[in-house]
Amino acid sequence: MAAMTAMEIEKRRGRNSALAIAAVVILLGLPLWWKTTETYRAWLPYSQISELDSLQLQLSVDVEVVFSRGTLSPEQQKKVPLSQAKEQEHQVDAKNLLRYRYETKYRTATVMEEDALNQPTAQEADLSLHVLSESACGSVVVYVIPESSTLLPADVKVFVGQWRTALLRAAPLPPAGSLKEVLSALEPQVKQVIDTMSFSHQEIVGALSDRIRISQVSKESLVDSMRAIKSSPGYEITFSLLNPDPKSHSLHWDIEGAVHSYIQPLLNKLTPIANFSVDSQILYYAVLGVNPRFDNTVSAYTLNAASLAHVINPVEARLGSNAASSYPVLNFLLYIPEAHHSPLFIRDHGKKEVSSNAFHSPRWGGIMVYNVNDMYGPEAEFPVDINIDMAKVMGVFLAQLRLLLGVHKTQPPPGFVLQSPGSAGLADWELDRLLWSRSVENVATATTTITSLAQLLDQISNIVINDNIAQQVSSAVTSLQAAMAELEAGNLAFALQYSREAILASERAFFDPSLLHLLYFPDDQKFAIYIPLFLPMCVPIVLSLLKIVNEIRQKRADKLAKKD
Amino acid sequence: MAALKLRWGAVFILIFVSLFLTCKCDNVENSNESVRDKDVDPSASQAASPGETRHGEESSTEEVQAEKQQWHTTEFGINDALEADKADSKTLNDSPGDSKSFTPPPAKDHFQEELVIRPLHSGDIYASFQFGIQLDTDFEQEEKKVSHYRLFPKSLGQVLSKFSVQELHISFTQGYWRTMQWGQPFIPAPPGAELWVWFHNTVLNVDENWKELTNVLSGIFCASLNFIDSTNTVQPTASFKPLGLGNATDHRFLRYATLPREIVCTENLTPWKKLLPCGSKAGLAVLMKSEKLFHSSFHSQAVHIRPVCKDWQCSGTAWELRQTLGVVFDLYTSGQGKKDWSLFKMFSRTLTEACPLASSSKVYVDVTDNPESELFDLSPATPVLNTAVVLGDRRTYAVYDLTKAVTFGQLRSLNLLMRWKGESGDMLRPLLHAERYVAGFGLQTGEIHTLIYNNHPYRAFPVLLLESVPWYLRLYIHTLTITSKSRENKPSYIHYQPSKDRLRPHLLEMLVQLPPHSVTEVTVQFERALLKWTEYPPDPNHGFYVGSSVISALVPSVVAMDINSTLERPLFSSFFHTKEESSYFVRVYTEPLLVNLPTPDFSMPYNVICLTCTVVAVAYGSFYNLLTRTFQVEEPSPPLAKRLANIIRRIRGVPPL
Repeated sequence: MAAMTAMEIEKRRGRNSALAIAAVVILLGLPLWWKTTETYRAWLPYSQISELDSLQLQLSVDVEVVFSRGTLSPEQQKKVPLSQAKEQEHQVDAKNLLRYRYETKYRTATVMEEDALNQPTAQEADLSLHVLSESACGSVVVYVIPESSTLLPADVKVFVGQWRTALLRAAPLPPAGSLKEVLSALEPQVKQVIDTMSFSHQEIVGALSDRIRISQVSKESLVDSMRAIKSSPGYEITFSLLNPDPKSHSLHWDIEGAVHSYIQPLLNKLTPIANFSVDSQILYYAVLGVNPRFDNTVSAYTLNAASLAHVINPVEARLGSNAASSYPVLNFLLYIPEAHHSPLFIRDHGKKEVSSNAFHSPRWGGIMVYNVNDMYGPEAEFPVDINIDMAKVMGVFLAQLRLLLGVHKTQPPPGFVLQSPGSAGLADWELDRLLWSRSVENVATATTTITSLAQLLDQISNIVINDNIAQQVSSAVTSLQAAMAELEAGNLAFALQYSREAILASERAFFDPSLLHLLYFPDDQKFAIYIPLFLPMCVPIVLSLLKIVNEIRQKRADKLAKKD
Repeated sequence: MAALKLRWGAVFILIFVSLFLTCKCDNVENSNESVRDKDVDPSASQAASPGETRHGEESSTEEVQAEKQQWHTTEFGINDALEADKADSKTLNDSPGDSKSFTPPPAKDHFQEELVIRPLHSGDIYASFQFGIQLDTDFEQEEKKVSHYRLFPKSLGQVLSKFSVQELHISFTQGYWRTMQWGQPFIPAPPGAELWVWFHNTVLNVDENWKELTNVLSGIFCASLNFIDSTNTVQPTASFKPLGLGNATDHRFLRYATLPREIVCTENLTPWKKLLPCGSKAGLAVLMKSEKLFHSSFHSQAVHIRPVCKDWQCSGTAWELRQTLGVVFDLYTSGQGKKDWSLFKMFSRTLTEACPLASSSKVYVDVTDNPESELFDLSPATPVLNTAVVLGDRRTYAVYDLTKAVTFGQLRSLNLLMRWKGESGDMLRPLLHAERYVAGFGLQTGEIHTLIYNNHPYRAFPVLLLESVPWYLRLYIHTLTITSKSRENKPSYIHYQPSKDRLRPHLLEMLVQLPPHSVTEVTVQFERALLKWTEYPPDPNHGFYVGSSVISALVPSVVAMDINSTLERPLFSSFFHTKEESSYFVRVYTEPLLVNLPTPDFSMPYNVICLTCTVVAVAYGSFYNLLTRTFQVEEPSPPLAKRLANIIRRIRGVPPL
């Protein structure tokens, strides 16, 4: 009996120690192992990011409609000034909602404005109105002038000025009508003006193309948004003169002067959008990638539109990437054909000659072919000194630059006259249009970046999230919220600035190299390291636990049998 | 999810492209093309924008369709822009198409090219190309930056202005220049890559600029200069003075680094050739065929940028970019013992024209030893001879001017040919020469020996010795001994900066007076450090390189040096500026060292893990057994005799005892 009890005690002691070891391993070992092998993951604002996943964007435009003398009857005048707000909602798809809010203020013209409107031509009126008051970025001022006014030619209904003002010829109205009728009659025209001067729905949807399915974007705005170079805090503009034949042509171009007089005014205007730096180089013996074909009918060499795609590659190797900055580069190449390949003309898809003899490649730059063969006779002594007409060249490059920067060529509705921007290269309202679409594009890109980053980090639990990434993500989120709030308030300049900050922070977080460190730590290596330790340790524990469980079960069965 | 995938696709493309750009790309044009192809191909270029997937797929299936969308002839909008410009063009435009009345403005930059061929006494041929571009600009003004380039390469110009570089010298060398057999080279360079830069004294954070600059240069030259960091960068106090204008003396703005392990090959030559205005399409550069250039005993290419005087009056300043390439061909062994050579034999090309952009384009052949043409025949013969004082010696050169049509003769091609008639005499021993080796045994300590030879019969002269030793060789500076003619030689100037582990190397600079006709030996002992296992390179048993030591000296000249800078001189004789007639500047590099460090077995970490785990598991297993096993008192077993008896009884079928 004593032996029996001694054995019982011994057995119990063995069982207890097995249980104790198992408990130590589970309570102490496992958490320790978990803690020491854990990857560091900083906190991310997931809830705010998931809110950004469905984008509700409200764009507010301040519109001022000014009635000049003779467009309202005296009793109608008494009711102005007044203001109205109108909202339009477009559900682009399940996740994107666009709301446009037009806050329209109606008032009568001041005396000085009346004076300005009494100028002989619309251009002068535009200038003096601009001198009187400068309207805020993103706003539109529409002056309603009487039908009988001589400011505009007879068939012109609307004149859009160089700045943010438009002149609108009032429709003839019975003077007895109430102000409401006048306003409602005016409304469609004002809407057309706003669509021209600030943004149109199609353009905004095009700017959202990062977020929505392609089928929802109209082809035209898609082409526009694909052609324009992506939004970036800075751009490098490089002009390259390609002289494949320095033995025959000694070329001189006054690029410094040309940049100063043609390109710089436009870039000065665009400073709110990005920093630009301009440089130029001359490349000798740089040839195009395709051999032009000689066409007997015009006795000239021709390049087909289909072969243009192959032109750039060999040249690109010579252009050299920009060593000193990482901004995207816009290349403008001026190609002077060799003496024995001159003249060279570009043909479009309809086999017609292109009048500008130039083409551009979306998001890359433009190439212009400049023939010089008629500048010297057959008896000329080689190399011939040739001065390049920079006005002709810069006209083409300026047009290409505008396209690549996303300054869309707006097709005005019938009856509209657009004042050409003149030496500034860009009208204020064109800049506004660009700002609107750029802000929306930035917001769209930054939200996709941030949401996909959050999704990725959520899915792959191995990735280390450092504090700096978390900080970038949260600053991107706050900038995005600020940008959306500014768009809602109608402060276009601030909205662009915040959206730029958002895109910068989100890209920096997304492309941070520290995210890649532990991404591909393979599982088999992990097992190779753990198995030699864990297998011999866990097998006895598990076995003895199983044994204990079995014993307990056995005892219970015995007890039940005894009871029976 | 699709967006996610596309995002990662973009990341991979980025990584891929960056790999392409930083790696030793075999051919730069090709890699650029492949990058370009990615851009043109719409399906790839739009991978970054998730919304446009479907479109990308469509266009990649129909190539032509894609091209139609991607390539637009610029037509609309131009007329408007032109109209807008008309007003301006009237003022600016000076009658286009009327080239007869047009006189070009004076060019702001000049380009010169020259090739010097020197038959060496060992039977080898030394060919040295030099290309010089001078860009007149007033770079002292910080705000006026050059952004419009004609002959000067844009990429280098941008680097200069972005990093406020005052002077930049970079060289890539394969092979070691044998001073004793070959004499002095025109432009000395150590094996591997060498980079030294003087920054403008307005730079605030020199180290940061230096780091970025090395990364950018490694991209431009497709070399591993990005491995330059604080562990192999030093700031010499006396050895590297600016070679151009500017009297910078504050060595805080100087950085010097060498990569002795760098292997130079075609991928470094291609970007170097791309910097030339004519590329390799015309002029002397057509001779640079890489199969031939790298089938040589010594190959050294360099880029030197420095500020110089615009003209001899020094009325203004200019940037001078000098690209040099020196090759030593071993034609003696490859030509079955014949020393005859020709341009075609060396380069497998002949010259047909000068670069049309060059203001001067000349080939010089050293004919000093051949005044009466009794040693060799040079064909075609040239009446033009030029005498220049180079490296303390008056040499005579036959000059071929490529800008003159008569040089090319009737065949329209110049193939210089040299036929030897007699044996050449002894060469003049170079006055200064140095060598270096590691002594000692075992993997714990060692000793670096540097031998400096002064072969001048009666003149003593001082030399500056610079040693930059990596931190993992721990120098014992108290063991530094300098002996010449078996007597201790006390240096008149010594500068030593001790190393910091994993941060900076040792820097030892001293000014030593070399007695006439003597060997001076500098020895210093070192201990080899044990590195962390991740710090070893992929082939640790190959050994670790220690860069060449640099010896800079003003060597007494036998003939009067030409100090008159007003004369138009060939490029090869105007690299180091001589200030006095009696001496000339020489820089000599010693051999790099290859030192073995104690190297562990690299499967060790896993072995250690397995071993410790096994030990732990065994110990744990026995403890566990001890703790959980139930112990019972066993009956003492019966004695052996009884057991045997029992077995027998069992067999017999009798009950046991």
